[in-house]
Amino acid sequence: MTGTLLRIEGLTKAYPGVVANDDVSFDIAEKEIHALLGENGAGKSTLVKMIYGLVKPDSGTMTWRAEPFTPADPRAARAAGVGMVFQHFSLFNALNVAENVALGMENPPPMRDLAARIRDVSETYGLPLDPFRTVGDLSAGERQRVEIIRCLLQDPKLLIMDEPTSVLTPQEVEILFETLRKLRAEGTSILYISHKLEEIRALCDAATILRLGKNVGTCVPSDTTARDMAEMMVGGTLQTPTRTARDDGDVVLDVTGLSLKPANPFGTTLKNLHFTVRAGEILGLGGVAGNGQDELLAALSGEALTEKNAIKVRGESIGHLGPNARRARGILAAPEERLGHAAAPDMDLSENALLTGAIRKSLTSRGFVNWPAARDFADEIISAFDVRTPGHHVAARALSGGNLQKFVIGREILQDPDVLVVNQPTWGVDASAAADIRQALLDLAARGTAILCISQDLDELMEISDRFGALNEGRLSDIRPVSELSIEEVGLMMGGAHGMEVAHIHEEEQEAGA
Amino acid sequence: MIRLERRPQPSRLWSYLTPVIAVIVTMIAGGLLFAALGKNPVEAIRTIFWNPLFGEFAFYYRPQLLVKAAPLVLIAIGLSLGFRAGIWNIGAEGQYIVGALCGAGVGLAFHPTESVLIFPLMVIAGGLGGWAWAMIPGLLKVRFGTNEILVSLMLVYVAEQLLASMALGLMKNPEGHGFPGSRNLSDYASATSWIDQDIGLHWGMAAAFIAVILAYVLLNRHILGFNIRLSGEAPRAAKFSGVAPARLILFCLGTSGALAGLAGMFEVAGPSGQVSIDFNVGYGFTAIIVAFLGRLHPVGILLAGLLMALTYIGGEMAQSNLGLPAAAIQVFQGMLLFFLLALDVLTHFRIRLSARRTA
Amino acid sequence: MDLSAINPVLLIASLMVAATPLLLASVGELVVERSGVLNLGVEGMMITGAICGFAISVETGSPFTGFLAAMGGGALLSLLFAFLTQFALANQVASGLALTLFGLGLSALMGQGYVGIKPPATPRLDIPLLSDIPVLGRILFSHDLVLYFGIALTAVVWVLLKYTRVGLILRAVGENHDAAHALGFSVVGVRVVAIMFGGACAGLGGAYISLIRVPQWTEGMTAGIGWIALALVVFASWKPWRVLLGAYLFGGISVLQLNLQAAGIAIPVEYLAMSPYIVTILVLVSLSADKSRAPASLGRIFHASQ
Repeated sequence: MTGTLLRIEGLTKAYPGVVANDDVSFDIAEKEIHALLGENGAGKSTLVKMIYGLVKPDSGTMTWRAEPFTPADPRAARAAGVGMVFQHFSLFNALNVAENVALGMENPPPMRDLAARIRDVSETYGLPLDPFRTVGDLSAGERQRVEIIRCLLQDPKLLIMDEPTSVLTPQEVEILFETLRKLRAEGTSILYISHKLEEIRALCDAATILRLGKNVGTCVPSDTTARDMAEMMVGGTLQTPTRTARDDGDVVLDVTGLSLKPANPFGTTLKNLHFTVRAGEILGLGGVAGNGQDELLAALSGEALTEKNAIKVRGESIGHLGPNARRARGILAAPEERLGHAAAPDMDLSENALLTGAIRKSLTSRGFVNWPAARDFADEIISAFDVRTPGHHVAARALSGGNLQKFVIGREILQDPDVLVVNQPTWGVDASAAADIRQALLDLAARGTAILCISQDLDELMEISDRFGALNEGRLSDIRPVSELSIEEVGLMMGGAHGMEVAHIHEEEQEAGA
Repeated sequence: MIRLERRPQPSRLWSYLTPVIAVIVTMIAGGLLFAALGKNPVEAIRTIFWNPLFGEFAFYYRPQLLVKAAPLVLIAIGLSLGFRAGIWNIGAEGQYIVGALCGAGVGLAFHPTESVLIFPLMVIAGGLGGWAWAMIPGLLKVRFGTNEILVSLMLVYVAEQLLASMALGLMKNPEGHGFPGSRNLSDYASATSWIDQDIGLHWGMAAAFIAVILAYVLLNRHILGFNIRLSGEAPRAAKFSGVAPARLILFCLGTSGALAGLAGMFEVAGPSGQVSIDFNVGYGFTAIIVAFLGRLHPVGILLAGLLMALTYIGGEMAQSNLGLPAAAIQVFQGMLLFFLLALDVLTHFRIRLSARRTA
Repeated sequence: MDLSAINPVLLIASLMVAATPLLLASVGELVVERSGVLNLGVEGMMITGAICGFAISVETGSPFTGFLAAMGGGALLSLLFAFLTQFALANQVASGLALTLFGLGLSALMGQGYVGIKPPATPRLDIPLLSDIPVLGRILFSHDLVLYFGIALTAVVWVLLKYTRVGLILRAVGENHDAAHALGFSVVGVRVVAIMFGGACAGLGGAYISLIRVPQWTEGMTAGIGWIALALVVFASWKPWRVLLGAYLFGGISVLQLNLQAAGIAIPVEYLAMSPYIVTILVLVSLSADKSRAPASLGRIFHASQ
């Protein structure tokens, strides 16, 4: 390693009510893969947005190869040699791959030349892509390739990757790491943002750990245990959820031959799904984003209607029933998107309690709303699930991600479901709230509820589920007991490498790079 | 540098204040406009806003206020339900016309029979007419996904032609010496909507008050009202909650159509009196302003309706006394909606002046 | 009834004239919607353009200056809409309606002194040689400049959207404004320019009605053409050439019904006059199934939060 590529000194950025970054300093060396580690809300995103010119720091300096670095906007950052792969892709569904790439470049060549270069680069780095395909039709892994290639064509000195593996199978993660190592060998530094400790230990040369906006330490990941890093990240020890042994219950949810066309043009078709969930059991369904998770939740919650006999609860066919009829029969759901789907952002918590609780909590009579009862229900959720909020009169939008998620999951759990379907129950939630939610799900199962947990977080699924299956392009893999599974098998169930290949480095390039 | 910063939750205070400020700002801007037209701005504003209420002839104008406000409030209440749910019926003018034609049609058919049943029948026909006219965009939206804004608006032009055809043809007064327009229903005891024409009271006003109360109860106490609000604020959450969008669309469009139809029916059988080519005077469009000015809230709409009625009456006074062009009032009303929408940003956002500290 | 009174040559030539205001307004709105903004104020901008163009050309005696003024008037009015939706973050549907209501009032106020006046005639562009071709020459090559400008504008917009970087950025902003912002494009900037372009086009279309098609000034003379233009954009699936096709189709219907009225057909005048609006509804119904081409961010409010 040769000198410092980017030096960050005393960066501070405050938003009303929260200091996102507080006096953060660290160096990224040339040819280094530098991890930025931290929980959700630790300030990682704000920090990289400052480097990428999307946000201006309140104070502090950045130095790029000994020159002051103050990018006015993303274009300036790109011109200096910063490339960024976003966590929530900054892609345009209706445009094709080449157009998407062109939008991220300052002076794109004519489309035909660009397409050729995309083919070129994508093959060199083992990320095959057809430049003329519409991005909306691509899988999550393929979309990430578009973003990476968009950056690589700019020849970046620093590549920022925000949680890149959250949309990949274990096999795809390995291939991505090969690509990143090759980039490092060619002289690119990488700022790698993640909260997955094992990945960081496997890949990164140095790590900076953020907690509540502050730099709480740096380390060499390969010399540090995952546990030590976790404690720095969380600032204390975490309780791992406890589970009690359970007996096999009766089959409560029986899904047979469930097929569904998606509501939106870029959705996934569900193809002939079969599975059962027993009372007291947690069935975990993994899979990379966009492989039918949202559609499955919609089919089970009743937002999308299916063939009558495709879904049965305790032997009764409910595929043709809407959400309220299903709630009456004890099947409840909590969707992934908190704001706008599971909860109405501008409505207060008592109104949001009414949103799904009207039927089972008898919050209405002859259509008239019993507001005191709705407020009591909201208060009950708030106290039972330790939702940090001034009260039930607060708008859902004003809650932090973790608190709102506790409210949403708590709202369903307190309605005493026979079947609970959750999608990404701890997505974007801080570690302590995530632990609370997982424990609550385990407790609910222990009381005899059949739980279907759809998640992209494999660690979570391995931790709480009894059996595991994976969604891949709208199909469901075999379902296997978790205790018998290895991570390689899980990866294969999720669809293996989805057509990715290991970066192949031409001999002459390797010599030139060496 | 001015920055907008989203409030954690909408400000109650500002949601009450913005309509008031909008009215004040509009008065100032309107005054400037009147001054530009060569009128004394203070006098013009006084003529419009003060004289109808407290001026020399206020005893004549005050009842007029209710006459003008009734259709505006009735229509705006209906529109507000849909607007809250994100369903945009902007063809109330057409539903108003068709309601009037249906109501008048029943009345004229019975002429000259006298019976207490005739007026109730007219009310039903008027409501059904407006309802049916609004169900066209409703059913098309539910069945084919057609944009309700464009369809309901196109139907205004169709309804206007229908009105012309009726006034010149089928409903023309056989004793009218060839003049266009129907018999005068306000002279037909069993069909008139006047309760007492001398003090200027008609059934449309009663209907408007009832609509305000029912809408208030619906929105604040009933699950259907909750579903309407939910659908407007978070459509996906509404679907998750179990709201059937198709039913909601039909309910909102149907209700607003029926109320507009009723407004038209009360108007044709009372203040207007007859089916004529120029029967519709734009209440259906002004009601859109009333609905927004009233913050889509029933009580707010009642107040906004009265205010808008005031600008109509005051505008007429200013027209005759000061020679202020009628169109100036239309501009004035349009400005009001502009300022309201612009100021509404303060309800959801805080304005920050940020001096950029550079490192 | 005397159908022979309808001269097919004149019919087609007047069809092109009738279609032009619609074409201009629709092409403008197409650009606006492609940038992700729904401006329902087309009718208001058209009528404002109609009076601006009319008044200025009467005052100056130059139709050309009038058309420029109409574009300026439309663009200026659209700036109000841009302020409301892009800076005050107001609801686009409500703001568009406000624009229409305001425009109708404003134009009526401005047009007070212009009722019953004849505007200066716009010279026809008799293209040498081509206009001498029998029948076809009369139909295709003997119109005013603005009519050809409308067709050329459609072509320019098509090329711009499909082949240029500006067009790509515009489409990107309309497709996903958050992503476009993340890549460093000015979402608000792009949209304000698009809105003003739409306003200028609508203004020009309005002036075409008051200066060429009718030609005189009456209150509310656009009679819903702005709304039909909005429907046309949906009909055209946001594609410029289909807008041209649609405009000519509607132009044809309105000219045909006028001709039938003149020919004294047995259908009452009122029912003939309804026909363009009913056809619009029917067309909307038949094409509403395919919403997939609509820009994904259409009508959504953009606010860069952090």
